[in-house]
Amino acid sequence: MAYRIVNKSQLSENVFRIDVEAPLVAQARKAGQFVIVSPEAEAGERIPLTIAGADQEKGTIRLIFQRVGKTTAQMAEIPEGGALGYVAGPLGRPTHIEKFGTVVCVGGGIGVAPLLPIAEAMKDAGNTVVSILGARTKDLLILEEQFTSLSDESIIVTDDGSYGRKALVTEPLQEVCARSPKPDLAVAIGPAIMMKFCCEVTRRYGVPTQVSLNTIMVDGTGMCGGCRVEVGGQTRFVCVDGPEFDGHQVNFDLMMRRMDAYKDLEKRALQQYKDHQCKIGLDRK
Amino acid sequence: MPTHPVDIDMNEQEKYLQELLTKQAQGQLKPKDRYAIKPQDMPAQDAVKRRHAMSEVALGYTETQARLEAMRCLQCANAPCVEGCPVRIRIRDFIGEITKGQYDRALEIIKENSLLPAVCGRVCPQEVQCQERCTVGKKFKDVNMSVSIGRLERYAADLAHGGGQTPAVAPPTGKKVAVIGSGPGGIVVAADTRRAGHEVTLFEAFHKPGGVMVYGIPEFRLPKAIVQEEIDVLKKMGVKIVCNFIVGRTRTIEQLMKEDGFEAVYVGVGAGLPKFMGIEGEHLVGVYSANEYLTRANLMKAYEFGKGADTPIAVSKKVAVLGGGNVAMDAARMAVRLGAEKVYLVYRRSETEMPARIEEVRHAKEEGVIFCTLQNPKRILGNDAGQVVGMECLRYELGEPDESGRRRPVAIGGSEFVMNVDTVIVAIGNGANPLIQQTTPGLEFNQWGNIVVDENCRTSMKGVYAGGDIVLGTATVILAMGQGRIAAQAINTDLAK
Repeated sequence: MAYRIVNKSQLSENVFRIDVEAPLVAQARKAGQFVIVSPEAEAGERIPLTIAGADQEKGTIRLIFQRVGKTTAQMAEIPEGGALGYVAGPLGRPTHIEKFGTVVCVGGGIGVAPLLPIAEAMKDAGNTVVSILGARTKDLLILEEQFTSLSDESIIVTDDGSYGRKALVTEPLQEVCARSPKPDLAVAIGPAIMMKFCCEVTRRYGVPTQVSLNTIMVDGTGMCGGCRVEVGGQTRFVCVDGPEFDGHQVNFDLMMRRMDAYKDLEKRALQQYKDHQCKIGLDRK
Repeated sequence: MPTHPVDIDMNEQEKYLQELLTKQAQGQLKPKDRYAIKPQDMPAQDAVKRRHAMSEVALGYTETQARLEAMRCLQCANAPCVEGCPVRIRIRDFIGEITKGQYDRALEIIKENSLLPAVCGRVCPQEVQCQERCTVGKKFKDVNMSVSIGRLERYAADLAHGGGQTPAVAPPTGKKVAVIGSGPGGIVVAADTRRAGHEVTLFEAFHKPGGVMVYGIPEFRLPKAIVQEEIDVLKKMGVKIVCNFIVGRTRTIEQLMKEDGFEAVYVGVGAGLPKFMGIEGEHLVGVYSANEYLTRANLMKAYEFGKGADTPIAVSKKVAVLGGGNVAMDAARMAVRLGAEKVYLVYRRSETEMPARIEEVRHAKEEGVIFCTLQNPKRILGNDAGQVVGMECLRYELGEPDESGRRRPVAIGGSEFVMNVDTVIVAIGNGANPLIQQTTPGLEFNQWGNIVVDENCRTSMKGVYAGGDIVLGTATVILAMGQGRIAAQAINTDLAK
């Protein structure tokens, strides 16, 4: 069976990690790239997910996703041994990895997942890696161990103070930027609003900042234009020009609005799906 | 366009046809008699009902209609129509067979040059190709009076329902051919190289093969079952079809050739990044490229959102579509079917300059699309939530002809007005897809990102061929097919060396 889920675990209430058979993608992928996946072969929705890791020998890629809408809810239901409809990729330009010096990696919520391969690659390239991980609350924090073991320094924050420091990621980021010498590069991945504020902090300190954007996409190969963002006043396409951009140039406000384009329809779809699941449950009884 | 009711008494039509046939048999049918036959209208779904139906609008000729239309052909000795066909179908000859009722033979003749007659009969811009050259049209000084070659092509193809038998495949040559992109060009290359006995793999980035015929052209203009039939023929011929495979990313062209053993690669990746107007407000919610709008609606079946399909699309009341080509017509007509109350087609030139097929323009109007010609947006207006609420437009007039030979539209100063719309669909063309360029060092591209090829569709890299949109910028189905045919021939020649 193609696209089989060989390993599945739940990292927090709504966050799942799956290892999916996609040998060619596992072989080709580089840090920073993403795939388009759908839980169904025919009628499913195509969504982009950043690749969180790969095992070339097993021919699997690791995806970490959050259950937010119908499509991710449906994906969360697929058991180990089951299969996704399809996986296509790897897409997007890989992260530019080189020895910059000190790289501060900031991850928020589910954004911690795509940050991991980048932080690993930065470390492998000889950088000093400072990682800042943030979550709303302790239970939602993921991949802490992996980051702690690879980073030269790691800082954990939670919004509610249930674990680590009670702060937003921007607070320690500002402190790290204020150090002398200042970091040579920041990489921020997380909710759009978090990336926006991280960029405001780093801009003040003149620290170049890479962000990875996760806009709405359909084909993911440079045909539909749905993923377009304004970067430095120019229209750019996340799927083929990105997903990483100079965060100081990204118009986050426009992007956030576009990401909400289907909010109402998505809510409706999720509700319908849940209702349907309930009915199936009743049938079984 | 001259019309006569389609529901005319069929017996009378039949009698008329028999008279003409008898006359012809006696060698007494004069050009005068042929000119006297009225052009046969295409039966179509009711214009009101079809506003809510995704099924095909043009229903196809009846047998009597097809033969009557075929009788209008003068069987010119020099067959100027053939010169107008990008793939040089022997038009006069296949039409001759239709008059005789030899439909299988007619299709055989078409298939000598065109692999996808059911598709081309429906989507070719005949009025600027074969039908433009037709002597009958010239006689009446009206291209609408030309013999309806495309409809006859469709008739012959539809009768055979997928083309009948699977083409014969030569004994294995042991050579491998990779075809990138399963659109019209790719299908032709796959078929023609497979026929020569090569082992052919067709790669498709989407989860379903067919390219623009599946994601772009709507069901109501080109039923997907027809495309599927063509794909099935390829499968029967032994072509391997691999979906969800993005050449350049999943494997590079270099890997395909050096590691995977492909000796020839055809690049037919199709349309690239959609063009936008570069005006204020294009990032607002509710602004789509036609590519995105149509892909959501066609490939992802967004019209069934919540009823089996999971891809959403804007629920629009008032839609403006920018552009005057077939894609603009498709988007406008799709918006009608998705329930928009008002759909405006905004085009900066006049209707005469519209590149869309005449039939699409007519169908769009019949379905209630409002044509706003000599207008162009200046900026798109949004509300606080970043959603489209209107579009400020300027009126235009036509000036001197430009390099395309069409009269240049000139903005009229101070003519600004606001159009109330909640959705804007931009259908003004595509740039080149950047994926192959990003991942194939050594392949030569022009300044617009299109692949440079010679007259045989050979690129600057040995063993790599290209055609369709990625070479021509904007091609049609038939042009892509034509290039596919040329490229396949070059591949077969080169692999035989």
